Amino acid sequence: MIAEIPMEHGLLIAAVLFCLGLLGLLVRRNLIIMLISVEIMLNAAGLAFIVAGAHWGQPDGQVMFIFILTMAAAEVAVGLAVILQFYWKHHSLDADLASTMKG
Amino acid sequence: MILFWLIALPALGGVFALLAGRRSPEAARWISIAALAAGFALAIPYLGRATETGWLAEFSLPWIPRLGISFHLAMDGLSLLLVLLTYLLGILSVVVSWRSIDRRVGFFHFNMLWILTGTIGVFIATDLFLFFFFWELMVLPMFLVIGIWGHENRNYAAIKFFIFTQASGLLLLVAIVGLAFAHFHTTGVLTFHYDELLGAELTAVAQMWLMLGFFVAFAVKVPAFPFHTWLADAHSEAPTGGSVILAGVLLKTGGYGLIRFVVPLFPEASAAFAPYAMAMGVAGILYGAKLAFAQSDLKRLIAYTSISHMGFILLGVFSWNELALQGSVVQMICHGFSTGALFILAGCLYDRIHTRDLSRMGGFRDQAPRMAALGLFFAMASLGLPGLGNFIGEFLVLVGAFQASVPLTVLATLGVVAAAVYSLWIVQRVFHGTPHSSSRITDLNLREFGALAVLLIGLLWFGLYPKPLLDTADKPLRELRNHASERFERATELRRHGEAVFRIPDPGAQTHPVRRTDAPETHRHSAATIALP
Amino acid sequence: MYDLVWLLPALPFAGFLVLTLGGPRISRGACAWIACSTVGISTAIMLAFAVGFLIHPPAEHAHTLTLWRWIPLEAVGIPFSLRLDTLSQAMASVITGVGFLIHLYSTEYMKMDPDYNRFFAYLNLFVGFMLLLVLADNFVLLLVGWEGVGLCSYLLIGFWYRDPANGRAARKAFVVTRIGDAALLIGIFLIFAELGTLHIPEVLALAPERWELGSGVALAAALLILGGAVGKSAQLPLQTWLPDAMAGPTPVSALIHAATMVTAGVYLIARTHGLFELAPPAMQTVAVIGSVTLFTAACAALVQRDIKRVLAYSTISQIGYMFLALGVGAWAGALFHFMTHAWFKALLFLAAGAVINALHHEQDLFRMGGLRKKLPLVFWTFLIGAACLAALPLVTSGFYSKEKLLWDVWISPYGGPWFWAVAMAGAFVTALYSARLVALVFFGPARTQVSARPGGRVGFVLVILAIWSLIGGGIELPHTFAHVTVFSDFVAMTIPTLVELPPGLDAQLWTLLAVASVIVVAGATLGAWLYGAGAPAREALAARTGAVHRFLMNGWEFDRLYDTILVRPYVRLAEWNRADGVDKAVFLITGLTRAAHVAIQRTQHGQLRRYAAGVATGAVIILLIMLFQ
Repeated sequence: MIAEIPMEHGLLIAAVLFCLGLLGLLVRRNLIIMLISVEIMLNAAGLAFIVAGAHWGQPDGQVMFIFILTMAAAEVAVGLAVILQFYWKHHSLDADLASTMKG
Repeated sequence: MILFWLIALPALGGVFALLAGRRSPEAARWISIAALAAGFALAIPYLGRATETGWLAEFSLPWIPRLGISFHLAMDGLSLLLVLLTYLLGILSVVVSWRSIDRRVGFFHFNMLWILTGTIGVFIATDLFLFFFFWELMVLPMFLVIGIWGHENRNYAAIKFFIFTQASGLLLLVAIVGLAFAHFHTTGVLTFHYDELLGAELTAVAQMWLMLGFFVAFAVKVPAFPFHTWLADAHSEAPTGGSVILAGVLLKTGGYGLIRFVVPLFPEASAAFAPYAMAMGVAGILYGAKLAFAQSDLKRLIAYTSISHMGFILLGVFSWNELALQGSVVQMICHGFSTGALFILAGCLYDRIHTRDLSRMGGFRDQAPRMAALGLFFAMASLGLPGLGNFIGEFLVLVGAFQASVPLTVLATLGVVAAAVYSLWIVQRVFHGTPHSSSRITDLNLREFGALAVLLIGLLWFGLYPKPLLDTADKPLRELRNHASERFERATELRRHGEAVFRIPDPGAQTHPVRRTDAPETHRHSAATIALP
Repeated sequence: MYDLVWLLPALPFAGFLVLTLGGPRISRGACAWIACSTVGISTAIMLAFAVGFLIHPPAEHAHTLTLWRWIPLEAVGIPFSLRLDTLSQAMASVITGVGFLIHLYSTEYMKMDPDYNRFFAYLNLFVGFMLLLVLADNFVLLLVGWEGVGLCSYLLIGFWYRDPANGRAARKAFVVTRIGDAALLIGIFLIFAELGTLHIPEVLALAPERWELGSGVALAAALLILGGAVGKSAQLPLQTWLPDAMAGPTPVSALIHAATMVTAGVYLIARTHGLFELAPPAMQTVAVIGSVTLFTAACAALVQRDIKRVLAYSTISQIGYMFLALGVGAWAGALFHFMTHAWFKALLFLAAGAVINALHHEQDLFRMGGLRKKLPLVFWTFLIGAACLAALPLVTSGFYSKEKLLWDVWISPYGGPWFWAVAMAGAFVTALYSARLVALVFFGPARTQVSARPGGRVGFVLVILAIWSLIGGGIELPHTFAHVTVFSDFVAMTIPTLVELPPGLDAQLWTLLAVASVIVVAGATLGAWLYGAGAPAREALAARTGAVHRFLMNGWEFDRLYDTILVRPYVRLAEWNRADGVDKAVFLITGLTRAAHVAIQRTQHGQLRRYAAGVATGAVIILLIMLFQ
């Protein structure tokens, strides 16, 4: 069944997902939403791996996806901790407030 | 092994001085003197062997064999003279800092000794990578000495010094690596060893660019017009000991580099560039003298006289004949003595009246006749009075340069008039005239007098009996000339006849006179591409 | 015996060293003894040499002593060696003899000065350097003496260092002569480049072989050497320093700025005569410089108010005569005049010093007067000196030396009636101002009280010099008087005579002698009248020629000229660029860096989302590049 879906479609979805994530990252100021957008981008990359792995019939794609999954979990943990700190400091989740390190 | 100790002694002495300085400043001073005196004593015996051919001593340890880099030291008469000068002025600069440095004494002496370590390393390193290492080693402690113990405007001066020397050091590094790779491409051997690189086959273009890299690095240090602007600030803001080392020793690394590396490694390129280099020297002589005359800050004035004197070295080296080269060497040594002494005097004055402003000096002969007599003597040395060492240097340089370029020598000779103007101005402003009512000064104490007396005797000796100096420098200079003179002169001939010795980047048509017919075609191409990044 | 020649300069140098190192620990008496005895012994040795040369000259009329190898290089080996020949002896005997007398005079003259020891140390140093200068057998050693005497001149002009004006005069002297020295240096480089040696006898031997008569190189070399000579001897156009040099103590003016150092230029040209003979235009230049200088300086001397400045201009003028003689190839004539001039000018200065001391440091001629009765010894000796200066016929040495010189100018192929006429005009003015000096100082009403009288040593020295000035001319007489040519024979041992005397010109010589005598006597009489009985006429003249008077007073305004075209532009240039324009150019780089920094700083805004956008844009661009490559 799966084989009937062309690889291009899968990649297209991955690209669309990635762009959506990127767009979300760029236009939203809420840090939680931005973190979610990053997650979406990661998942888009993961999807691309799966599609490619399925296309070539290789397990590497799935292995990479597992990697991405664990990394995303770690990243969310660290990210949320940072966001929490940020919130305690600024009482807000606006990312643009964090601009003290300008040149 | 002795060569290793020549470097290790001041380095270790510095570390011990740093450690001892925490407990007792006096101990730090004595340790520094002991280390330097020991080094001096180690080097002295080589004077007697200076007429031997080849290196007087060599020392080699493998360092990074993969890249052809070794810890290779070697000394000939030329290096020996400069090493001795370094040690002597090092001792004197410690002596004159005895009272004037009272903050962080251990660290001060650590820095001073590490500057000297770097300088001595520069004079005896024969591996170009090692040479560069020592070249950089000199800079940082000097930066600290100016920046921590200097006068009011020390931060500005220290950073300026650092940036100038670092920027030029970068050029030097690029040129050294470029030279090593060019050599690698023609011979297949990757080495940084001076003796082997001496015969490197280079294309005209590569030679020109590499030569310029070396030249600019050394010209900044010498310093040659128009790269001189760091010098006045660094000299005038540094503490006395720092100024003595800076003027007496550090500048000589530039002159040494020109003699040892620039012309022998790149004879044709140097010959093509010689008129410009000599013109820079002459410009420095006249411009430095003119600036010196206008200054109201005594140390700044002396600093500008350095530019004027060091111009002779550039003029001499690029004349590349026996007289001019010997003259350059004598001038280097004697300039170290005379300018070092003037800086010591300026330091003595500063210790007493806490100003360097000439308008607040005058009439000191009344209260300090000994200081006045010595001041007069060193002013005379600096204006090149015959019978004193500086005259021998200047005279030989000019006689030699006259054979290379008549108009430039004539202009340089006018520098002696300008030198008289500023030297006598120093004497007049500081020692003569009506005594300044507000300033009472004491005459030189025994320590200061002793330091200056050593320099005085040295200058008289070099002026009346320079034979030991000339003999010591004779062999190495002869070997360098044997190596480069023929090619240098051939290229000079071509230049005189209006032929382009070098045509700038045209890798397709390589019909330069410099081309050695025995070099394989492919090698030449690869070398050219390296030199044109 | 001649190997002792090293003692000549070594003794005064030793005296200098002892006096300098001893400093104030040496008592005045000891100091005077040390200073005088060193020069005195040198004088004795010198006399022994001269007698030895006269009786039994050594081979080739010269003796060379090499002390050590000085600059031993492959390209040039320069020894530290002294050469004793008749030329150096003629010079050295004056240096030591007059030097000794002036040392003796100074022991009394300077007795009130707190810096007694320093004065004698410098004086000894000077004698040492001066002897080194005339004994040097190569150009480099000659330079040691040459610049060394310049240094001593600087030190002694500025001896009273508290007054900045003295310092200015001293610096002026040093710097102006250094301009000449630069020319001399270039000349030496040229000689070395062309002939490959700096040994003077070798140069003189090689030059005629390598250079053709009248060749450009010879001309250049001769002119450059002339540049050095002109500076040292205060000839046009570098004469301006000498009148100011009178700021020094009077014995210094006598020794350095009259008798010895300023004649070093004459010596240098005589020493390198071979080069000048190869370049006739250079000879002409020397003669022209000499004649122009002798006349202009004499005119300037005519109007000066300061007694020492009169003597200074008269020194310039007399050296002009020597240059004129050199220019026509009359080597012996120039040196003979150098010798007599050294005696009588030293005498004049020392007598003037006695006058100045007696009048409480008054130097203005118009505040002197009537001293004939009060200072008879000084009067008579000064009168003798002035008579010599004016070349009063028959009785003075100045007459014999000047007449020999003028006769040589007349008959020399390089000279001629025109030069002779200028020299005669100069002689007239010289007689005029000599008479003026005597009249103003010693006759007329007394205008200042005499506060001190010269003591025994001053008197002794004045008398000795006066006697020499009277009888010294006897060593060389015009051949129509008697055939005495001791001096020219002596000089000819070293410098071959260029001006040969054609026979059968006795009538001409008699005529010239007569004309010269008449002119000199006329000048002296006119001077005596103008500054004595004819004072009203003089004042009327002076009132009508005020501008000319001022012009001459300021030495033909050379100082103002140099000030305008050289000194002030240099000072202004130095002031203008005090902070080093190149440094400003370096700041251009700093400025550029800073501007770039400001520009790039904008991108460092600290906003996370815009960074992310930047990253994304970059990634897209890279992808596009990869896609379309």
